[in-house]
Amino acid sequence: MQWLDGFIQGILLGGLYAQYALGMALMFGVMRIVNISHGDLMILLALIGVSLSVSFGLGPFVLLLVLVPIAAAIGYVLQRGILNRVVSQDPLPSIIATFGLSIALQNAMQQIWSADTRSIPGGGIEQASWQIGTIFIGVLPVIVLIVATALTGGIDALLRFTKFGRALRASAADVEAAALTGVNPQAVYAWATALAVGILGFAAVFQGLRSTVAPSDGPAQLIYAFEAVIIGGMGSIWGAFLGSMVLGVSQAIGFRINPGFGILAGHLVFLAVLAFRPQGIFGRS
Amino acid sequence: MSAALLSTHGLKAFYGDFQALFGIDFEVAPGEVVALIGANGAGKSTFLKSVMGVIRVAPEMVLLDGQPTGGAASHHMVAKGVGIVPEGRRLFTGMSVEDNLRVAIDHSAGGNDTWSLGRVYELFPILEEKRRDLVQSLSGGQQQMVSIGRALLNQPRVLLCDEISLGLAPKVINEIYAAIPSISAAGTAIVLVEQDVGLAKKASDRLYCMLEGKVTLTGKSADISREDISAAYFGAGHAVA
Repeated sequence: MQWLDGFIQGILLGGLYAQYALGMALMFGVMRIVNISHGDLMILLALIGVSLSVSFGLGPFVLLLVLVPIAAAIGYVLQRGILNRVVSQDPLPSIIATFGLSIALQNAMQQIWSADTRSIPGGGIEQASWQIGTIFIGVLPVIVLIVATALTGGIDALLRFTKFGRALRASAADVEAAALTGVNPQAVYAWATALAVGILGFAAVFQGLRSTVAPSDGPAQLIYAFEAVIIGGMGSIWGAFLGSMVLGVSQAIGFRINPGFGILAGHLVFLAVLAFRPQGIFGRS
Repeated sequence: MSAALLSTHGLKAFYGDFQALFGIDFEVAPGEVVALIGANGAGKSTFLKSVMGVIRVAPEMVLLDGQPTGGAASHHMVAKGVGIVPEGRRLFTGMSVEDNLRVAIDHSAGGNDTWSLGRVYELFPILEEKRRDLVQSLSGGQQQMVSIGRALLNQPRVLLCDEISLGLAPKVINEIYAAIPSISAAGTAIVLVEQDVGLAKKASDRLYCMLEGKVTLTGKSADISREDISAAYFGAGHAVA
């Protein structure tokens, strides 16, 4: 029974990881921009969420409505102000620029919010659960999983069937050829990054409700997002979702083998995928 | 000439400190087919890149409908009615044939709907059969057809074709060149950049020959002799043959 419980809790944890990974799947998987500050942006948004909910008494759902547009605006400015200047066939300039941004964000957050861990008050929803036999299923993790599934389906459909999605895929395939076909790649990229960071707004609220956040937590979230995208296969949106599930289940099962082994189990599964199926589950070899 | 749709005046282009074009005067009128020939490195592709805003040039060096457009971004040139079939085809890999074409439909120049998906499939029937296939699975000739179809669906008033015969079998080249008259019959001006002199001469009304960043010969394609072309193509020293 504890293995079934581990599996279920892992899937639910995967729902949260999917929300980190979706934005990464767009930026790293599709646009091939390496954004080292991905995790720090999520933590920044969560801390802004903590302050907003404490100062104005916003409930979790109102907070989502406020925080997601803020997140999208940050993403748009990030792409227009920094990343569009360093995007090229060479990934190194974007790595260096966002690595610098990552350090700067962590220091700024320490300065503003101190190094304490904080969380977003959820008005009881964070403790609510259903009991099925001996297994407890949290209400909040189920909401997280549903939101993650809806976001994944939405982004996947956006990429496949819309003008914006085609323009983004075209720009990612050949930026100069896209411009010669009438696409304005810089505008398309700015909206795509707005979307990617906007999704982090969801992740930030749920992370803050589900557990705690501190200014130095970003890099760990970054690794989970990278791993989920690579396990699932670069460029595949549902792949990133599945990769998040694999990561969540590996950690939850690992945790039940030995509480100290949980996080490591996730990394080991990631390394195994790199060794035996480097193109990822949905990737084309 | 006031009838010119697209023209360049003293066009100069640079790669850093290296000057690649030395004052190119060029023009094409609506419905006209103009060939631009020259050896490798003569500056033909640089010329097209300068017109399309890939290489930045001064505004008054490129005129569209008499208005200065030099240095405008590529997507602006497309929106104003200048389409290009880029060298090497440059398709969007990982996307289907139809999605490649749809990107152009999504961003077509306004005020003109000469070309539709159906008309492109009429021009190149094999593309309709392959419309759901990923472009990288197509043969070179079929990829070239997608690239031409994509440029046409931008609804250009002038279509720039950069070496569309390159790397293709003669039979396939004939198939692709057979499409040129029906494209220009629709009123679209065509600029054919070619290394294959015979092909270019036959398909065009007028031609320009380039050598080392300058135009060395220009005139009606039917009136220009092979000897004049070879002198202009290789430089005077090589003409004695």
